[in-house]
Amino acid sequence: MRITCPWCGPRPLSEFAYGGDAGKTRPGYPGKAGPDAWMDYVYLRENPAGRHKEYWHHSGGCRSWLVVTRDTTNHEIAKVALAGPQAKDAGS
Amino acid sequence: MTGQSHRLPQGGLIDRAQTLSFTFDGRALSAHPGDTLASALLANGVHLTGRSFKYHRPRGLYSSGPEEPNALVTLGTSGRTEPNIPATMVEVYDGLVARSQNRWPSLKFDALAVNSLLKPFFPAGFYYKTFMWPRSFWCRLYEPMIRRAAGLGALANEPDPDRYKHAHAHCDILVVGAGPAGLMAAREAALAGARVLLADERPAPGGHLSGETIGIDGKPGAAWAGAVADELAAMENVRLLSRTTVYGRYDGMTFGAVERVGDHRAPDSSSPRQRSWTIHSDQLICAAGAIERPLVFAGNDRPGVMLAAAARSYVNRYGVLPGRNVVVFTNNDDAYRTANDLAGAGARVTLVDSRAEGEVAARALLPAGVEAHYGEYVAGTKGRAHLRGVTLASSGRGIACDLLCVSGGWNPTIHLLSHTGRKPVWDEATASFAMTDPGDGAFAAGGAAATFDLGLTLREGATAGRAAARACGCRLSGKADIPKAGQLPAYGVEALWRVPDAMSKAQGSFVDLQNDVTVADLELAEREGFGHAEHAKRYTTLGMATDQGKLGNVNALGILSELRDMPVAQAGTTTFRPLATPVALGAIAGQARGRDLRPVRHTAMYRWHESHDAVFTQAGLWLRPYYYPREGEDFAAAAAREVHAVRSSVGMVDISTLGKIELKGPDAGAFLDRLYINSISKMKLGRTRYGVMLREDGMVFDDGVVARLGEDHFFITVTTAHAAQVMQHMEFCHQVHWPELDVQFCSVSEAWAAIAVAGPNTRDALARCVTGLDLSNEAFPFLAAGEGRIDGAPVRIFRVSFSGELGYEIFAPAGSGAGVWRAIMEAGEPYGITSFGTEAMTVLRVEKGHVAGPELDGRTTAADLGLGRMMARKKDYIGRAMAEREGLVGAGRQQLIGLKPVGKDGALRMGAHLVNELGAVGPDVSQGRVTSAAYSPTCGHFIALGVLRDGRSRIGERLYAVSPLHEEQVEVTVTQGVFVDAQGERMRV
Ligand SMILES: [Zn+2]
Repeated sequence: MRITCPWCGPRPLSEFAYGGDAGKTRPGYPGKAGPDAWMDYVYLRENPAGRHKEYWHHSGGCRSWLVVTRDTTNHEIAKVALAGPQAKDAGS
Repeated sequence: MTGQSHRLPQGGLIDRAQTLSFTFDGRALSAHPGDTLASALLANGVHLTGRSFKYHRPRGLYSSGPEEPNALVTLGTSGRTEPNIPATMVEVYDGLVARSQNRWPSLKFDALAVNSLLKPFFPAGFYYKTFMWPRSFWCRLYEPMIRRAAGLGALANEPDPDRYKHAHAHCDILVVGAGPAGLMAAREAALAGARVLLADERPAPGGHLSGETIGIDGKPGAAWAGAVADELAAMENVRLLSRTTVYGRYDGMTFGAVERVGDHRAPDSSSPRQRSWTIHSDQLICAAGAIERPLVFAGNDRPGVMLAAAARSYVNRYGVLPGRNVVVFTNNDDAYRTANDLAGAGARVTLVDSRAEGEVAARALLPAGVEAHYGEYVAGTKGRAHLRGVTLASSGRGIACDLLCVSGGWNPTIHLLSHTGRKPVWDEATASFAMTDPGDGAFAAGGAAATFDLGLTLREGATAGRAAARACGCRLSGKADIPKAGQLPAYGVEALWRVPDAMSKAQGSFVDLQNDVTVADLELAEREGFGHAEHAKRYTTLGMATDQGKLGNVNALGILSELRDMPVAQAGTTTFRPLATPVALGAIAGQARGRDLRPVRHTAMYRWHESHDAVFTQAGLWLRPYYYPREGEDFAAAAAREVHAVRSSVGMVDISTLGKIELKGPDAGAFLDRLYINSISKMKLGRTRYGVMLREDGMVFDDGVVARLGEDHFFITVTTAHAAQVMQHMEFCHQVHWPELDVQFCSVSEAWAAIAVAGPNTRDALARCVTGLDLSNEAFPFLAAGEGRIDGAPVRIFRVSFSGELGYEIFAPAGSGAGVWRAIMEAGEPYGITSFGTEAMTVLRVEKGHVAGPELDGRTTAADLGLGRMMARKKDYIGRAMAEREGLVGAGRQQLIGLKPVGKDGALRMGAHLVNELGAVGPDVSQGRVTSAAYSPTCGHFIALGVLRDGRSRIGERLYAVSPLHEEQVEVTVTQGVFVDAQGERMRV
């Protein structure tokens, strides 16, 4: 499996670390988020057979956190984006 | 040395000018270059090569390729011993040592062949049914007995002296198989400009051509293949890997392959024995050929029964006649070539064809003198260690013979097309499971595509090569140049899964030769409800041996479909998974073994420690001094002396392994506020603070020192164990949660060596070597941070202490670390400065009640550890919300406490449970546990830290620390957890 890092180009899996589900946004604190929102953010994870948006860290490269859209059934990668701007756009 | 009784006077692709000697079971035999161990054994008249897995039946050479089920041998001696190698894949070299397997005491007389008589009592599933009870008998009696009776070769018990390598290759098109299809594909793709990697498991190209008499462009097949391979080798965009098996396809067009670099010559440590390749390609052309199918009838496993194409390849390729009186039993035209070639080599041949005479186009091809029986089957065989004759089914006639060639048709080799989960489909015309749609980026050609005509194979290879080249962006020009192939008989296969019931006994009809699975076993599986292909496989162990069912699986699917009364197309196949062929563990490990298993990290002061007799301990990848024994000292004495030096004068320890992160930027303080539970941005310049980080779930993550070196400039230390994780976590927080914060940070762990100096005389000692910094208590009080110089090097000095003594942590550029260490040593000499290791460090911090790794185990909150008052109330930080949830606060939590033995001489152990009374059993008995324990030379007895339910309100209580594993129980008193200088005065003087 190879991931095309927006900075570094196509790189082997061994340079990356998995970071889990990227579908969640951290509730702010202090804020209105109650225990349910935190429970959901910290513990609840989708486990789809198919496309999954997830974090990957280019730990053996540029150290960027990426949001990778990966098909869990065949590891096909549909999209790779930097995590930062996306998180900002999501307004967190 | 005996003569080669079965070597033909001429022919074959062997070098008769040279003679090689090798041994089999200690017997000296001869061979020629070009021989495999299998062909050499046959040339010497050796058929019997092993005993079967379960019943210890005599078994002989069955094939000429990697699918060999019977002739598995052990090669080499001592550390080079390697079991379960198919003799058909071993190239003979001078001095080769090979042994048969699975026989005791010898191949000819096997004491365990009595299993063969017990066969009715060893049916499929018998392990599950027979040896269930009583449970304790399993490991004491049944398992050792079964292991001795069944099983294959034994492993060496010595280290392997050979070297193995890992390598990566990148290409546009990977072509697997250098037979006619693969060579054509590689050639067309390479001419179009694609980067081609052509891998083939044999030493020379040609595939099946090398074992046939059919020619191409008027040349013998092998010569044509050699010429094309030479042409390819001369092209810059082609890499040829011979003796290379592509064993698996993984996601994203990644392949695993093993190149047998040195297996064909005497062991030699100057080059690697095998090279393990990871191949990254854009397109795949599978031209891996096909494997012939056995026929299933009673006694079909006797030595002397052999696949038809293998028999003629021994004649054509190796100049060996495997039998003189031959019966060929077939359901297709292809085996007529065997009848032809063996008769041509001087054998007497009888042909038995299951098809009706009118349907057989090839009958005109039979040479004169070959007796043919149509619509007939072989129903049984005779002989013990070797075949003596066969019985025909309808006529009941016996025919004396010493070789029975069988052909049940051909199975395309489609592993690499199926490893991604794609299922093959039944192809009625060729009676085989074929991959009609190989999917994106993959192509099949020739035998692998169920094409069994040579002319079509050449064309298909060329077409696949051009299509793959186009798919990776190459421009094609002209038309493919297809060479002219000799004519073959039509294939005309008619499926025959087993010789009909009434004619042949299910009992001795083997479907999987390697795992001894018979038709009777499949019938039993079906009767008991395990008739589905995936169930029958597990129930009977069919296809689970080292050959992974390459020979037996399709016959089994056919038989199961008959038993279940459904078309074979619906019976489906089992799942293909890598590895398609066994791979030596050495090749998988590559260079990563022994001291090269993983990197070792040394600090800048490593040489000093080494030359001062440090005993080292591993901390992750780091080697750290554990203690420094002096003459006559054991571990305990050395640690006690080192602790005493710190408490009474001065000691120093290498703490370079700490993680170190430097932060700059206007929002650096705000960023750290969100990472630590305590407030950082309000820290004064030139000060340090102890900081604690949580995970988002509210548990403690890490702790360390934060120093403010400038308005926008911070330096933090994190624990050795979590250094990498904390950095990753900080990057996540910055890039994902708070990209708006203007802060930059960087791991500087390797850039700084670090030394902790502690003890009442520390200031006086350091004053002798530090310049540019006033160390007096007034100018540089407890928790101050500053910069100075030692030994000419710029250093950062923090006044912090984990031991409770007057202490400093000194950070020096890594290149100056050793010089700074020596300078401090020299400065401390008048005070008897003593280097100490991680054991004394542990004792010192437990005496002071400081938490470390064992307390920060992911199950403790800041409040549990008595750090609750550090948690800031007016800010957000990672973990705050979850740390405040019900269950992590309030009564019932296990809280940090100290422990000491009531009797003073009791020894405490990390991991011991804390219980109110002895002897009680149940889920709630344990009140907590000992997290860190050490003998304190300062107190004169053992001390410990632990967590105890509501511990802070139980100071003074008596409990028991029990370790049932060690049969230990010690009465203990609960204490505050600070055993030295509870008021904290010493570190502030
Ligand atoms: Zn990158």
